[in-house]
Amino acid sequence: MDIGIHNVTKRFGAFAALDNVDLEVRSGELVALLGPSGSGKTTLLRIIAGLEWPEQGRILFGGEDASERSVRERNVGFVFQHYALFRHLSVFENVAFGLRVRPRASRLRESELRERVERLLDLIQLRSIADRYPSQLSGGQRQRVALARALAIEPRVLLLDEPFGALDAKVRKELRRWLRNLHDNIHVTSVFVTHDQEEALEVADRVVVMDEGRIEQIGAPQDVYEEPATAFVHAFIGESIIIPVTVEKGAVLHAGKPTSLGAPDVQTGPARLFIRPYDVGIGMPVNAALQGTVQRLHGIGAARRVEILLADSDQTIEVDVPRAHEVTAGQRVGIVPLRYRVFADG
Amino acid sequence: MALANTILQRRNARAGPHEDGDEVRREPAAVRFLIVALAVAFLVVFLVLPLITVFQQAFMHGLWPYLAALVEPDAVAAIRLTLVVAAISVSLNLLFGLVAAWAIAKFDFPGKSVLITLIDLPFSVSPVIAGLVFVLLFGAQGYFGAFLQAHDIQILFALPGLVLATVFVTFPFVARELIPLMQEQGTQDEEAAISLGASGLQTFFRVTLPNVKWALLYGVLLCNARAMGEFGAVSVVSGHIRGETNTMPLHIEILYNEYQFTAAFAVASLLALLALVTLIAKVLLERRAAAE
Amino acid sequence: MKYRATMGAARPRLRRRPSVLPGFGITLGVTLTWLALIVLIPLAGLFLQTATLSFAEFWAIVTSRRALNAFKLSFGLSLVAAVINLVFGGLVAWALVRYQFPGRRLLDAIVDIPFALPTAVAGIALTTLFAENGWLGSVLALAGIKVAFTPLGILVALVFIGLPFVVRTVQPVLLDLDAELEEVAATLGASRWQTFTRVILPLVVPALLTGFALAFARAVGEYGSVIFIAGNLPNVSEIAPLLIMIRLEEFKYADATAIAVVMLIASFLILLAINRLQRWSELRTGRL
Repeated sequence: MDIGIHNVTKRFGAFAALDNVDLEVRSGELVALLGPSGSGKTTLLRIIAGLEWPEQGRILFGGEDASERSVRERNVGFVFQHYALFRHLSVFENVAFGLRVRPRASRLRESELRERVERLLDLIQLRSIADRYPSQLSGGQRQRVALARALAIEPRVLLLDEPFGALDAKVRKELRRWLRNLHDNIHVTSVFVTHDQEEALEVADRVVVMDEGRIEQIGAPQDVYEEPATAFVHAFIGESIIIPVTVEKGAVLHAGKPTSLGAPDVQTGPARLFIRPYDVGIGMPVNAALQGTVQRLHGIGAARRVEILLADSDQTIEVDVPRAHEVTAGQRVGIVPLRYRVFADG
Repeated sequence: MALANTILQRRNARAGPHEDGDEVRREPAAVRFLIVALAVAFLVVFLVLPLITVFQQAFMHGLWPYLAALVEPDAVAAIRLTLVVAAISVSLNLLFGLVAAWAIAKFDFPGKSVLITLIDLPFSVSPVIAGLVFVLLFGAQGYFGAFLQAHDIQILFALPGLVLATVFVTFPFVARELIPLMQEQGTQDEEAAISLGASGLQTFFRVTLPNVKWALLYGVLLCNARAMGEFGAVSVVSGHIRGETNTMPLHIEILYNEYQFTAAFAVASLLALLALVTLIAKVLLERRAAAE
Repeated sequence: MKYRATMGAARPRLRRRPSVLPGFGITLGVTLTWLALIVLIPLAGLFLQTATLSFAEFWAIVTSRRALNAFKLSFGLSLVAAVINLVFGGLVAWALVRYQFPGRRLLDAIVDIPFALPTAVAGIALTTLFAENGWLGSVLALAGIKVAFTPLGILVALVFIGLPFVVRTVQPVLLDLDAELEEVAATLGASRWQTFTRVILPLVVPALLTGFALAFARAVGEYGSVIFIAGNLPNVSEIAPLLIMIRLEEFKYADATAIAVVMLIASFLILLAINRLQRWSELRTGRL
């Protein structure tokens, strides 16, 4: 089932949680909504589910307007960040809940229900603890029970709010591979919210980067990382060296001096230069785009981290330099960006 | 307060039905209205109307009969006796509450939960039985009756009896406000104070007490309201001697049974006022505690 | 009143280490002594006094027609009053926690009135209100219902004094209820009613029952608010505490004591049940 989100706006008082958001989620796709807290990603997820209503805009499920449908009628599986398991019900009954509350006409016979629930418990590998109560489970187990409960109603869409947020680092890694595999097996259209870029980039087919209620970029993980569309995306995903510059007729100036870098598509005015720390070459000061003085070196492994105080400013940047490259503290060096992006301010 | 509520209400009403994030958790408007109507009706019938009745009856014949009932010598004596009994009982229970809370909340020992249950015990004892136990001890036929008579010591039908019965029924009030709070706060603050060289008493007065002051005050207020208003237990041990062993509630009973309704409700209105002040103080203290 | 908090804290923490804090010996000593003097020894005296009766005598007293009727009335009406408080107390707690309406905060504060208002004051106020010429009594009289000076009057008084217990035990549980539980139930297709009966109610039941038991315990022993409105006819509208009082005034101490012992044992049993309920409640509603 594909999901269409058209011109959705949602305000809480004067604060615009979502500002005219458009998004298409393709059938069977696994999409991550990625952004800092307050970016509107959870609000968007709750609007898709029908837990909140937008002031403006429409939600389409399979091309059909779902805006007026209540959450009960939307048939979405929703997994909450803290799972919201029913603590008075066993694992089995938690998973069976959605089947037991069906209207009488479409309710399953007990044997069918049992079979369906047991199949799901096998899927999440928790059949052996079907009779336990949520308080007796580990975090990872609770997470899987919440997922099985959401899948039990055969949802058209699966929505997950920070699905790994409450787990410790090791379990989190395991579970996210597991979720990816699970999705590859059952192919239900899924949207999950995360503030963890690593998680989004590893698990999702496509990543939607959000900030301040707006979508900054939509793309495959590789594209979002390699070709950030905005300054926000560049800064938010991966590490960036950010240097304030000015652009004059396509030429980049640092502290008023020419740098030999070009930004033909950027309009004249203040801007920022973005470079990945490993996309920097260190050479002789003469003719390099930027100059600076090495302050400190640290780090182990293939590359060393070098702190350089930029000439004509009080900004220190950190770059990765291959171990083979000889650098010493106090040395004046030239800085040559191998790949860079310039975004106009404002 | 009601005005503020109304304004708040209007502001909420302006938010449309879909504006509230709680939409999913709300019942249809008709159900909501029905539940609120039933709840309000129940509270009005059982709480608001009786309260209004007290004041309406007290002032039914105007201000002068009301004041006359309060300055009448037996009433004055009853008020004075009530104040004395409450002052002694509350002080004793305040001391006991602090001591017990220190032992229970700051230390671990076997049988602690049993001790807490025993402290709560007077809550589940009928006030009449609370009075009865002291009659059995100190009455003419009681265990200590002969001894007391021989030494001409009066406990029943006198101030000591009234105080004993009142202390019994209000026994848990201060302790049960303090114990949970002090347990929650743990012992770290006190340990820090001791490690900085404070003595035990300094630690208690400078660290522990300031941490629990609001709960303590609330406990004292409740204890006082109950002490001044206690009826059953006091009724058993008082002997109902007018002008001597009648507390305010007993005085109210006598006036009421003599069909002096205005006078009875006049005295009752003082106690009702005390109850209202206690409740207002409770709200203020809760707000204060929440703010900290 | 904070029944929930205290009972919850009653569990001893398994943390046994020598404390650097002073004063344990003396404070515990004073606590135990004072407890013994004021509460334990007097109550023990009550049981000792019964021991002077043979069992046959004791049995004859507590199974006399008048005593049995008084017990029936006290326990029976207390049970009915507690049920009424269970239903309406739950309703009031729900309305106060979930809905906005004018005067909500005022009513919330007023719920504690029965804790703070002296029972004698409540007694005469309720009697006046429900007497045949009273505001409510006159209305009910039109329907042929007589409240004051009948067992129904006793019920009214017992509902009054038990009212705060259910409200105050259920309120914090409702406040604490995770919104997501209801949302997830809705996403799974549950109707509002199904969510209420299958998700909310099971989580609130322990608190409801605790409040019910507390209201019942309080009502059984109640004296002050009842005697004014009851009519106090032997075998008809005479509650057990009043019978104790009457026997005392007749200097029949043995009779008074025997009746008191029965009531006391009943109270202990209720207290025990409440403690059990608290345990269960903590297990059941312990947050994940």
